Amino acid sequence: MHTQARRVTRTDPLGAAARTRSAARTKTRAWPLALAILLTLGLIAASLLVGVADITDTSGGAEFLFITRIPRTIALVLAGASMAMAGLVMQLMTQNRFVEPTTVGTTEWAGLGLLLCYILFPVSSVFVKMLIAIVFAFLGTLVFFAFLRRVTLKSSLIVPIVGIMFGAVISSITTFLALQFDLLQVLGGWFMGSFTHIEIGRYEPLWVVLIAAVAVVVVADRFTVAGLGKDIATTVGLNYERVVLLGVGLVALVTGVVTVVIGSLPFLGLIVPNLVSMIRGDNLRSNIPWVFLTGIWVVTVCDLISRTVIMPFEVPISLVLGIIGAAVFIFMLLRARRTSAH
Amino acid sequence: MPTEPVSPVAGSRTTPPPPAARRVGPFPDRAHQVRYRLILAALIAAAILLTVLLLSWDNPFEAFSDRWWRITTMRVTSIIVIAVVTFCQGLATVTFQTVTNNRIITPSIMGFESLYILIQTAIVFFFGSGGLIDMPPFARFVVQVAMMVLFAVLLYSWLLSGRFGNLHVMLLVGIIIGVGMGALSTFLQQMLDPNEFDVLRAKLFGNIGNATTDFLWFVIPVCALVGGAIWIMARRLNTIALGSDISTNLGVNHRRQVMVMLTLVSVLMAMSTSLVGPMTFLGFLMASLAYSVTDTYDHRRIFPVAWLLGYVVLGGAYFLLRHVLPLVDAVTIIVELVGGLLFLFVILRKGRL
Repeated sequence: MHTQARRVTRTDPLGAAARTRSAARTKTRAWPLALAILLTLGLIAASLLVGVADITDTSGGAEFLFITRIPRTIALVLAGASMAMAGLVMQLMTQNRFVEPTTVGTTEWAGLGLLLCYILFPVSSVFVKMLIAIVFAFLGTLVFFAFLRRVTLKSSLIVPIVGIMFGAVISSITTFLALQFDLLQVLGGWFMGSFTHIEIGRYEPLWVVLIAAVAVVVVADRFTVAGLGKDIATTVGLNYERVVLLGVGLVALVTGVVTVVIGSLPFLGLIVPNLVSMIRGDNLRSNIPWVFLTGIWVVTVCDLISRTVIMPFEVPISLVLGIIGAAVFIFMLLRARRTSAH
Repeated sequence: MPTEPVSPVAGSRTTPPPPAARRVGPFPDRAHQVRYRLILAALIAAAILLTVLLLSWDNPFEAFSDRWWRITTMRVTSIIVIAVVTFCQGLATVTFQTVTNNRIITPSIMGFESLYILIQTAIVFFFGSGGLIDMPPFARFVVQVAMMVLFAVLLYSWLLSGRFGNLHVMLLVGIIIGVGMGALSTFLQQMLDPNEFDVLRAKLFGNIGNATTDFLWFVIPVCALVGGAIWIMARRLNTIALGSDISTNLGVNHRRQVMVMLTLVSVLMAMSTSLVGPMTFLGFLMASLAYSVTDTYDHRRIFPVAWLLGYVVLGGAYFLLRHVLPLVDAVTIIVELVGGLLFLFVILRKGRL
């Protein structure tokens, strides 16, 4: 395994006893979560109120609210929570803190699928596009995971390095195809994750990610066990292959849908789980709601920034996320360096 | 030694095995020296052939007529751009890899080009409405390059100072800094004028047929000067390649040399980026090929081969995609793709950096 030794694994080695203890702890500490939910609601309200059009205006304000504001906010919540969760699942399965859909090329594969779909079936429904993007994201992530299992890596940091380069190679193939078929501008528009164009009738596919979220809540522990490696996982009675396929499938589902509807949201799956585990430690069960909520906060705040910084225009949210995410990533790296003797 | 590809083990250069007879010099034996000379000759021949082909291929007009001259001038410009860019990338990458004692990281991968683009954008952003916009474009270009060199030396001397201890951390921090700076540049560009999004997007990757050649008269002498300086100091580079401790023992002020070299590298990278924009893997491709072909520690022998290889690869790709398969815009993308695959291959073959 290529884990850092300093990592507290997120498993529950003491089983039931520890679990009841953690359950007790979360019970006595219910108020932070309540506060967090309140904060989330506050942010959602802010997200609804901010914008060029005044929704309190009686003539047509309500229409605005229903056509764009509410769909946009729902999209924010769904995309934020699900991408954060996708990052969490990948980190659990690989036992590597630097893995997430944009650092292993999952997003780039989804983009490649989407582009091929445009080239081969120019008039296809959103559903078909999503399906193809999901299939590509799934295959690409599987390829990467297979490589992770085959190559024994000396350092956990090689994984994101290789992943980012892998993604760069895939996206250069995508760019090349886009050039050939004169789709470069379209491509630029997709990859810039943005909630600008979200309105009623455009965001509904995002509801699919709820399924993934529920699935993760149900089987989260198994991803942790799978992260211990095939041998250990099989020894404790886990169907390793099936769990890995399920995990990759969920990640691909979320990434594919979000890429098609919104675009790439870089570093989100990396920042959120790491922030949560920095502050709360590594108790997976009690961290899941926090990961969802933090994902929602990060996306909502970044979206507010991207909407207000050059009123009345908007900046794509992926840029805000890219800048903030890079800063957090570097901070994490420096912190990891201090606390561990590599 | 067999022609084994470069060994990207941190802190080791491929040193020749102990010679049988007492010989000193860059090659272990006579055969290697002959081989090197043959390779160099072949590369020079290929480069000349390629230049002739690029100039004369399929020019439909009568020789020396007005139209013929017009086309030829355009082609000469492209050839000069290819030569200058490969010169910058090759020299900068090999020097940088020697200074950092590592054969994986390159200035491009560490984000030098993103830094240049960020500074270019930031200058327009912060002084766009002020005095700088009234400066002549050339003066602005010089200010950009000067700032880029300053920031690059500050940032990368900190990054390479060894406080990171660990190469992987350094590399990943470099990659992420590059990504972050790219996002920041695009962000600032969006703030400038939301309507120019697509235009800027198209400019984000280099294009040989459409290079920014306004300052070529300035870029070429600067590259020649910097290249000359590196050439003069090539012996010193051979010593630096032995690592900080040994070279200090041999009387080289290691830290100061690293700073000087970083400065020169950042000038070269600025020149290359100002011409054709970012080229992430070209330098890596050239340097890796050059090491495996030359199989020596001597920089005066590595540099020419790296440059010629780059010229032949990039020029060959340009020729093929220009005249054989009409995909001229894709030249840099293809080179990036090949370089990127090679990068992955090198990392995975070793399982370490």
